[in-house]
Amino acid sequence: MQGAIEPTSDTAAVAEAHHEEHHDFRVIGLITFLCSEFLMFAGFFVIFLVYRSAAAEWPPEETEIELLLPAINTIILVASSFVIHYGDTAVKQNNVKGLRKWYAITAAMGAIFLAGQIYEYMNLGYGLTTNLFSNCFYLLTGFHGLHVFIGLLLILGVLWRSRREGHYGAEKHTGVEMAEIYWHFVDVVWIVLFSIIYLLTLV
Amino acid sequence: MAQANITGEMIGNSFPHPDKWKWYHYFTFNVDHKVIGIQYLVSAFFFYLVGGAMALVMRAELATPSSDLVDPNFYNALLTNHGTIMIFLWIVPGAIGGFGNYLVPLMIGARDMAFPKLNALAFWITVPAGLLIVGSFFFGGAQSGWTSYPPLSLITANTAQSMWILAIVCAGTSSILGALNFIITIWKMRVPSMGWNDMPLFCWAILATSLLALFSTPVLAAGLVLLLFDINFGTSFFRPENGGDVVMYQHLFWFYSHPAVYLMILPIFGIMSEVIPVHARKPIFGYKAIAYSSLTICIIGLFVWVHHMFTSGTPPWMRMFFTVSTLIVAVPTGVKIFSWVATLWGGKIRYTSAMLFAIGLLAMFVFGGLSGVTLGTAPVDIHVHDTYYVVAHFHYVLFGGSVFGIYAGLYHWFPKITGRMLNEPLGKVHFILTFIGTNLTFLPMHELGLKGMPRRVAMYDPQFQYINIICTIGAFVLGLSILPFLINAIWSWSNGPKASGNPWNAKTLEWTTDSPPIIENWDVLPVMTEGPYAYGEEPAEVSS
Repeated sequence: MQGAIEPTSDTAAVAEAHHEEHHDFRVIGLITFLCSEFLMFAGFFVIFLVYRSAAAEWPPEETEIELLLPAINTIILVASSFVIHYGDTAVKQNNVKGLRKWYAITAAMGAIFLAGQIYEYMNLGYGLTTNLFSNCFYLLTGFHGLHVFIGLLLILGVLWRSRREGHYGAEKHTGVEMAEIYWHFVDVVWIVLFSIIYLLTLV
Repeated sequence: MAQANITGEMIGNSFPHPDKWKWYHYFTFNVDHKVIGIQYLVSAFFFYLVGGAMALVMRAELATPSSDLVDPNFYNALLTNHGTIMIFLWIVPGAIGGFGNYLVPLMIGARDMAFPKLNALAFWITVPAGLLIVGSFFFGGAQSGWTSYPPLSLITANTAQSMWILAIVCAGTSSILGALNFIITIWKMRVPSMGWNDMPLFCWAILATSLLALFSTPVLAAGLVLLLFDINFGTSFFRPENGGDVVMYQHLFWFYSHPAVYLMILPIFGIMSEVIPVHARKPIFGYKAIAYSSLTICIIGLFVWVHHMFTSGTPPWMRMFFTVSTLIVAVPTGVKIFSWVATLWGGKIRYTSAMLFAIGLLAMFVFGGLSGVTLGTAPVDIHVHDTYYVVAHFHYVLFGGSVFGIYAGLYHWFPKITGRMLNEPLGKVHFILTFIGTNLTFLPMHELGLKGMPRRVAMYDPQFQYINIICTIGAFVLGLSILPFLINAIWSWSNGPKASGNPWNAKTLEWTTDSPPIIENWDVLPVMTEGPYAYGEEPAEVSS
């Protein structure tokens, strides 16, 4: 919508005067939204834990889970959260090249995570409908995977936009920051998810 | 003054001055909070009429003990979608989306909401919700009640049930997006002269509502996603034969849906706190008590949900805990009620239509609140669970409370929204019919419930027929009561006497601008020079 009308210098000044108090609340808006989204994951976690506590055997025989690949995946995802922060630091120093480099690496790590997840699904030998555990397992990891995918799209969006000279800079990086916050969120959710689905099977 | 020449063109939406708006401007993706407010209000009212028509068919069916008017399955679809529409497409979008969007920026001296595009998006997401609900009737309609408990919801009308789930997810997403917008707007965009404790109480109410919606809605979404998977993708989350648990669904559902009760009444409490001081010409009694009791309700309200599940094999300690928490949540509500009564005490009350609805609400909500306390007590609840006593209770709070509050708000802010006054005598006819109709319909239901008539059935024991006929007559009086309002609203919108900027002599900021307000609300932002309820400092002018 913006830029559809070419304002004259006079009207532009007036319009600006009208908008001078409009701060950019997008970052706290996103954080508020993520609080809400976290509650949805929390709902799923509680469901998982309640079913786990009620079951005689969890996971039941024939639906055991693999631990090595998800552990590697966890390391990749957690590391990517640090990598993306380098990109954010770079753009704040007006280093768009650095931003592009670190965000590209993050995107690659995210893609590897998703590929690993798909590989894991294909090698598990049971599907969504096998039993209550597999219901929960696929739903939770799948729902998280969907969020990784969205985060990946956000990062690719930042990369796409950063091609244009001056789109991001030391003073103008809200979009970069939002993609980073979302990525951290996806990471934190994964840590909880990995703990309760995978690590708890060791207990 | 150059600023007076601002047009919509310059701020990025191509709209002329509100005086020149045509009807079709309201059918576009408009980012102006006032347009969005009107979009919510009008579409919600449309669904109120749809849901009301469903109720009339049900009451007509219940005039006789046998099932002779409609097919029993269709009756189930009617009761399911009557509840769903009234909650998710009428009261929640009407009270929060409609009044909230229209009034919050005006009351806090902001030019718009924090995220105007997101706001418009939130409204337009409710459209597929409405279409899905209406469309589900081509597939038999969801038939498992607005609660959609499994296993019933897993075995009846699968396609319609799935559409119902998607509709609720759409409505829920809209409500989350709206909520975060309200929180940021109220938090960050007040005029500099307005501290937290100078804020109109309606904004406090919307803030509390939004927090509640933000934290409880996603949990319902989680539960509904599982239900959707159970119906369509062969999972067994709620299928006991494969290890699933039906009570789990009830917990997830009520974790949202009990707070949903407060989503439907907290904004109404906000409307009450605005309407009563203006028309009683007195400062509100207990400003902080009312403001903080909204937040208290919002917090305690998250921990009472199991009182809907006392008969679901709930262990005794849980019954005890949730009985106590339910009785505690009545306390902050009582604080508000007594504050409003104290505000009315000794006031120069103007019996305008808005005030009549507010006073009517006070009476009926107390009644509904007291039956709520009896229901929240496990020993009584087990006796009357799933009887008409429950139906009577929640219609007293939702109709006698929420709908009366929306009417009070409509009469109060119609001049601001449209720039025209409503016709007062017609408004009074509307009030009298609504008040009689509500009590005639819902009061006898208490007796039906105590005598043991179950809810959600098309057929019943002939001994209940006499009372049912009274309810049915009341329902048709209620149906009739819509007419004076509709005639009044439609006629006055184009032909009513012009309203001044502040026809009620009110003190909150929305009355400091024109009626209807210009684009971006003020040429120069207002400055608060006195509190929002500083009445009685000069002789009040009585205008009606």
